[in-house]
Amino acid sequence: MISDLFSVTVLIGILASGIRLATPYLYAAIGETFGQRSGVLNLGVEGQMLLGAFAAFYVALTTGNLWLGVLTAMLVGAAMGLAMAYVTVNLNAEQGISGIGFFLFGLGMSDLLFQKLMGTVETVKGFPKIYIPGLSDIPGIGEIFFSQNLLVYGAYLLVPIAWFVLNKTTLGLKIRSVGENPDAADSLGVSVARIRYFTLILGGTLSGIAGASLSIALLNVFQQNMTSGLGFIAVALVYFGAWRPIGVLGGALLFSMINSLQLWIQVLGIPVPSDIAVMMPYVLTILVLVATVSRVRAPSALTKPFEREN
Amino acid sequence: MKKSLWFLTLILIFTLVLSACGAIPGAQSSGKFRVAVVMPSAKNDLAFSQSMIDALTRVQEEMGADKFEFVISENMFVVDDAAAAIRDYATQGFDLVIAHGSQYGSSLQEIAPDFPETSFAWGTTVDTFGLPNIFAYEAASQEGGYVNGVLAATLSESKVLGVVGPIETGDAKLYVDGFKAGAAATSPDVQVNVNYIGSFSDVALASEAATTHISAGADVLTGTAQMVVGAIGKAEENNALWFGTQSNQTSLAPSIVVASQVYHWEGIVNEMIALIQDGTLGGRSFKADLANGGEVIEFNPAYALSDEAKTLAETTIAGIKDGSITITLP
Repeated sequence: MISDLFSVTVLIGILASGIRLATPYLYAAIGETFGQRSGVLNLGVEGQMLLGAFAAFYVALTTGNLWLGVLTAMLVGAAMGLAMAYVTVNLNAEQGISGIGFFLFGLGMSDLLFQKLMGTVETVKGFPKIYIPGLSDIPGIGEIFFSQNLLVYGAYLLVPIAWFVLNKTTLGLKIRSVGENPDAADSLGVSVARIRYFTLILGGTLSGIAGASLSIALLNVFQQNMTSGLGFIAVALVYFGAWRPIGVLGGALLFSMINSLQLWIQVLGIPVPSDIAVMMPYVLTILVLVATVSRVRAPSALTKPFEREN
Repeated sequence: MKKSLWFLTLILIFTLVLSACGAIPGAQSSGKFRVAVVMPSAKNDLAFSQSMIDALTRVQEEMGADKFEFVISENMFVVDDAAAAIRDYATQGFDLVIAHGSQYGSSLQEIAPDFPETSFAWGTTVDTFGLPNIFAYEAASQEGGYVNGVLAATLSESKVLGVVGPIETGDAKLYVDGFKAGAAATSPDVQVNVNYIGSFSDVALASEAATTHISAGADVLTGTAQMVVGAIGKAEENNALWFGTQSNQTSLAPSIVVASQVYHWEGIVNEMIALIQDGTLGGRSFKADLANGGEVIEFNPAYALSDEAKTLAETTIAGIKDGSITITLP
């Protein structure tokens, strides 16, 4: 039975599922990475994703235009990010608590809008799979990497872009310095507030796309609370990835691959109780986190509101 | 000080927004039979919660809106909130308060003795806690599961069937076990792969579980609980057939849904109403099954089921009703 796991079909299945499952985590966690590198912990990701998922779905359903759906999700996410920035940067609110507030707002508001505007679960025709010419014909590899929909490709493209922006540009330097030593950054003329507004709006925009990737690309339905904790896992993945886009990618893939592995373990009838199987991704992620976390340090100003000393 | 005030205001706004979703109309008296329901998911989940709403709507159509009304609190996945809602409804003098979820049992056990004049019902279970004002109801989901399993095994060409389940418990487990028994009884070489995803709400994982089944060769799928909407979409994309349960799921994918086992609680609700009006407020348990009409297999008219398969389904249903087919559960 265990040997069934190593057949080609199963391995391809595990990898292709893992790639898809990791997509929403990547958008949300990369967005969160920007926020945290600038010193703001945003626990409202889940709420931004839910509103983004609903906005994308509703617009796609009523207009039939998927890109308009993605754009609306981005705007909704950005607006949530803007609100979060106002509360944490201007009002200096406690970041953890206000994040939970935004989560609850997103949860309640997406549910309310769903009830009032749709009323029942419907389906849309989402982004189709795009077979990259040539590459998608390679046996195995083609099915895993080059036969996915556009938003899946986008998530993986985002990782090197985020790495480049954070590490190789002036903007990235400003973001990192605001997160490490806002006083020093401020004295050098970097506007801490402006940078944090930027990272939170960017984070919200990406969380909006994360929601859209679920509702109009991967699942093509909207249901209340359909993210079911995904946004919180994305926040955890930022810690897991040690605040680096590449690390976040590793964490998202590990978590998703083990999740798709446990699906196969059950399907193949390998005698593991289902309760144990569904625990696997979480347990392994915690183990890796314990093994690696002592070696990295969080941005020094994370969760600390910035107030200029006079 | 100013900051914390701001913050407090913000939290208050959130609370208002959230609580506005579950507004309760004020109590009215006189002649109307009034029912309140507390349910774990949305009233339109195309699954467990919706089955009760559809039933109450049918009861209302039968009795007339001037004789019967019902109110609901949906999305009560936090048991504590549900308990508060149940108590509120009891205080407002509803004739019957239904706690539609087995997780609400212990709350009900605590609340019911405080309101001896109010009748309560909960499900799915058989346990009335020996209290005179609690009814219990359950569904013999294995029966519809069996019928679906027989049909699925007949229609499958690959002889591999996939099941997407939530958590291995309650009516989900009954349904899945019945489905396996039905498939095995029809064709001994058919293989049923079962996947419990550990969640009632994770649509993404349910969808990926369906993809996994299809990669493993399944050409007919089924599943139970509200997160299966994700799985149905994948089945449709890959032209796999789908069998539904709890509510009629045809609307989600009219081209591939063959049949759904639908809970028709209205018979049980009517019985409860009759008992309450005669002064019996509880102490009995009810079971919805194929024989008493509490469960109905609803075929999708848009799916071209062969006469042969249709006849097989109908003889199976008749066999379960008259007891000539017995379903052995593990």
